[in-house]
Amino acid sequence: MTTTTASAVRTGQAAARADGLSKVYGAGETRVVALDDVSVAFAQGEFTAIMGPSGSGKSTLMHCMAGLDTVSSGSATIGGTELVGLKDKQLTRLRRDKIGFIFQAFNLLPTLTALENITLPMDIAGTRVDKQWLDRVVDTVGLSGRLSHRPSQLSGGQQQRVACARALASKPEIIFADEPTGNLDSRSGAEILSFLRNSVRELGQTVVMVTHDPVAASYADRVVFLADGRIVDELIAPTADTVLDRMRRFDAKGRTS
Amino acid sequence: MYRTALRNVLAHKGRLLMTALAVMLGTAFVAGTMVFSDTLGEAMKNSLSKSYSDISVQVTDPVADSPFRAREKSGKNQAKLTDDTVAKIAALPGTERARGSVGGFVGVADRKGDLIGQGWSSRGGNFLPDASGKDSRYPMAEGRGPKTSQEIALDRRTAEKGGYHLGDPVRTASDGPAVERTLVGVFTTDDPQVESGGTLTLFDNATAQQLLLAPGQYSTITVTAKPGTSQSALLQQITPVLPGDGQMQAETGQELTDSQTKMIADGTSGMKTALLAFAGISLFVGIFIIANTFTMLVAQRTRELALLRAVGAGRGQVTRSVLIEALLIGIIASVAGLVTGIGIGAGMRAVLDALDAGLPAGSLVVAPATIVVSLVVGVVVTTLSALLPAVRASRIAPVAAMSSGDQPAPQKSLVVRNVIGGLIAAGGLGLVALGAASGDSSGRMPVAAGAGLAMIGIFILLPLLSRPVIALVGPLLRPAGTAGRLARQNAVRNPRRTAATAAALTIGLALVSSLTVLGTSVGEAVDRSVTSSMKADYSIKTANGISPDPKLAASVAKVPGVAAVSPMTDVYWTLDGRDRAISGVDADAIDRLVSLTLDSGSTGALKQGGILVEADTAKNHNLSVGSTLSVEYPDGSKGQVTVGGVFRKSELLSPVVIANTEVFKHVEDPYVTQILVKASDGPSDGLRKAIKDATGSNPVIEVRTKQDIRDEFNKIITFMLNLMYGLLAMSVLVAVLGVINTLAMSVFERKREIGMLRAIGLDRRGIKRMVRLESVVISMFGAVIGVLLGCFLAWAVNGTLESSMPGLGTVLPYGKLLVFLALAGLVGMVAAIWPARRASRLDILSAIKTD
Repeated sequence: MTTTTASAVRTGQAAARADGLSKVYGAGETRVVALDDVSVAFAQGEFTAIMGPSGSGKSTLMHCMAGLDTVSSGSATIGGTELVGLKDKQLTRLRRDKIGFIFQAFNLLPTLTALENITLPMDIAGTRVDKQWLDRVVDTVGLSGRLSHRPSQLSGGQQQRVACARALASKPEIIFADEPTGNLDSRSGAEILSFLRNSVRELGQTVVMVTHDPVAASYADRVVFLADGRIVDELIAPTADTVLDRMRRFDAKGRTS
Repeated sequence: MYRTALRNVLAHKGRLLMTALAVMLGTAFVAGTMVFSDTLGEAMKNSLSKSYSDISVQVTDPVADSPFRAREKSGKNQAKLTDDTVAKIAALPGTERARGSVGGFVGVADRKGDLIGQGWSSRGGNFLPDASGKDSRYPMAEGRGPKTSQEIALDRRTAEKGGYHLGDPVRTASDGPAVERTLVGVFTTDDPQVESGGTLTLFDNATAQQLLLAPGQYSTITVTAKPGTSQSALLQQITPVLPGDGQMQAETGQELTDSQTKMIADGTSGMKTALLAFAGISLFVGIFIIANTFTMLVAQRTRELALLRAVGAGRGQVTRSVLIEALLIGIIASVAGLVTGIGIGAGMRAVLDALDAGLPAGSLVVAPATIVVSLVVGVVVTTLSALLPAVRASRIAPVAAMSSGDQPAPQKSLVVRNVIGGLIAAGGLGLVALGAASGDSSGRMPVAAGAGLAMIGIFILLPLLSRPVIALVGPLLRPAGTAGRLARQNAVRNPRRTAATAAALTIGLALVSSLTVLGTSVGEAVDRSVTSSMKADYSIKTANGISPDPKLAASVAKVPGVAAVSPMTDVYWTLDGRDRAISGVDADAIDRLVSLTLDSGSTGALKQGGILVEADTAKNHNLSVGSTLSVEYPDGSKGQVTVGGVFRKSELLSPVVIANTEVFKHVEDPYVTQILVKASDGPSDGLRKAIKDATGSNPVIEVRTKQDIRDEFNKIITFMLNLMYGLLAMSVLVAVLGVINTLAMSVFERKREIGMLRAIGLDRRGIKRMVRLESVVISMFGAVIGVLLGCFLAWAVNGTLESSMPGLGTVLPYGKLLVFLALAGLVGMVAAIWPARRASRLDILSAIKTD
């Protein structure tokens, strides 16, 4: 049940893909394999959730594929660009131009207003902001009235919406979201997840989200399950129940084995 | 709680390093100062007791020993110390040996005819051989002692400086013309004045008496007691045989050493106090940094401290744990500072020795007081600085432990602080302005008090000022793009922290720039007064302040190329019942030598015996051209003078001016301050040499051009300024540590933000630039306020000096001030090197990881 099970590695329009990706920490006695020969592809215009128990390597997979962490072996590409072997400077540029990020917390700079935070990647790149697109994004996340507020004047849900808008604003190849609803109450969380789904459906965005919440995963088009650094299963058009069900089977399996 | 504090210190070693360094530098400065001055004092004391070692009793003729001219010394009193007195003392049962000495000013010329060494430390003495032909006081290293009036001996260092060898002719001068004598001996001596760079010329006894005092007369007699006779017993034997009925002073060697030691102690303690003041400034600057560090540490540990409170620690315990932490840092840093300070003391000695500054030798002295003071100062300053943050730590509510801690605690309002600061600053500035307006020394107290208040007020207001001032420099950062904008916003993010960091630089720059402005202003004023009041091309003065012979003017007048010459005499006569300082000038030369603005009358009146009166004096006494005044001359005769003109105040002249011919009628030997010379074709090296030759190549005579006078004065100002810069450098260094510290801690606090920035695409260079620019912005903020404050203070001090220094106006050396600002920017750059590198190397993953 290694790669063959889950990786229906679609060869079509992959926004990001990993081939035989491994990540090993330490050596000898303290050697820990975080990712074990993982191959996966994220198709363009698809909303994928990565699920798995704690320590399954789901965050590591995301970090490696987003150019935040180095890989031990294998390859990772974003929109056709190979990440392995890139220098820090090139990786930085790649993240800036092709990837949007939404973290669980600390998404925003407290010194900047909401609008400044949204346009930050473009400011860093020194590129012009597409005003129409920006208005549309801001409208979608429903922040029009609060653009001049600073993060400390916004609620947690609003802050995450700003983060979403920032990720969308630069029209990246792919957005990686790391537990984006982890710090939110269920209502705000549902709002954020709706935005992510809508951005995929209406704006054609590609989103990959790491989560441990079956309800959150149910917003995705596809769920990829990780355990012990390997992809163990996947689910198309999931619902909260099917995901939960799948997770329970995991647990049972884990316990018996 | 003690254990928690200790663990905290160990856990935050890196973050406390800068604090510890700041304390260490301050204490090192204190310790270094004390070690150096103690060592110096001890060395001088040693060299004194060595030179007084064979003096049991010293008898001094107070009149002969005073710095009057030999002519005046003789005759005024009947009692003298003579060979007869020496013989009488030598015959006493307790006397082993008695020796008469004379001493006085003797200048030695180098081969160009200029004085070797300084006027105040150029001395001559008598060589008094015993039966074996040697003088135990001056052992000859080469050659022999002088025997005739045509021979001299020089101390080794002077001979070396002049490049003189045995048999060379050497020109020396006391208060007469220079005389050439043959060098027959080079000697060594432990005379403290010679050891510290003075020159000493020895003549045979009769010549020395003739030159320096009067034939057959001594100024002091030193007596060595026979073994077994105590100094006080010898003193009792000597007192009755002394001439002059108690007029002579007799002291034991012990008393002499004691009084000299006390004088040296007073001298070194003055130096010590001045140095300690600068050490105090560095420590004061350090206070800001320590307080800032602990404030930041407490803020970072809010949850930790709240947890302590939640599990049952009392407020006092929390306060104490922070204070113990400070105490530990204080102790470690002070000990390190003490050790470094001892090193600095030793280093300074070595440097001065290497520079041949003429300090007597001696070993390094580390007094117990040095150890105690350094340690106490370091520990107390650290602990006190941490007091406020410690108290604040105790106010953290236990519930803070439960909060997510993602957002920094809301900052307390600055309103109260701003109101207090505003009031104090306004009061201070008002006082300063009031004092400056007084225009004389009466304004000094309000200016000093006001300056202090204004400083404190401005420091309290710094957080308020940070936003507008930094907004001003904002446009300069625009080219730096996002990094620049983030840097500016980070700099004003926590106004208190920015203010505390900048304050350290503000203090240093306020002092540096106020001193610079003062120095420049005074220099400019002197320059102007020299340039504007003196038309003459040369001024002739003596190195030792003795009146040059007025006849010298006549010889200079004969030099080809000299257009006009006049001795400037100085006398005190009684005019209309009031003692007045009067300047005497040659009436036909005054117009060509002195630049005078006459309100009325003319200088021609001097030729008719009239006087010129300065405008203010004339106004105060209702004098105008034609007024007559009664004069009482020092020779007792009386007369009348008429006012022939009223002139504007001049640096060169007293408020009353009269012709020299009138002066010489009544005073045979008036004091000549200088001789002014006008050249027909302006100054030239050849003419200077010709004038110097006309004075008989006398080493004591100094011929200087206007430019020489200016240069000399500027040299003094530059030297003083450089000294101050050097001493203030330490506090600037401490301020740099503060900037490094604040930045490093800010980077640590913002590591998640930095990680996020890196994730969304700001490269390492951008992060570095952001931190660096924040540092530059904070430094520039401190520097701009400091320079402004410094200029204001200098303006205020100038206000109080105006009366004593006419023509003094505040001159702003823009170039230098801009250099200071540029240097402050550079300091910011340098301070940011390490924090910026740290920030750019932060691991993105660990930075964005949630818990």
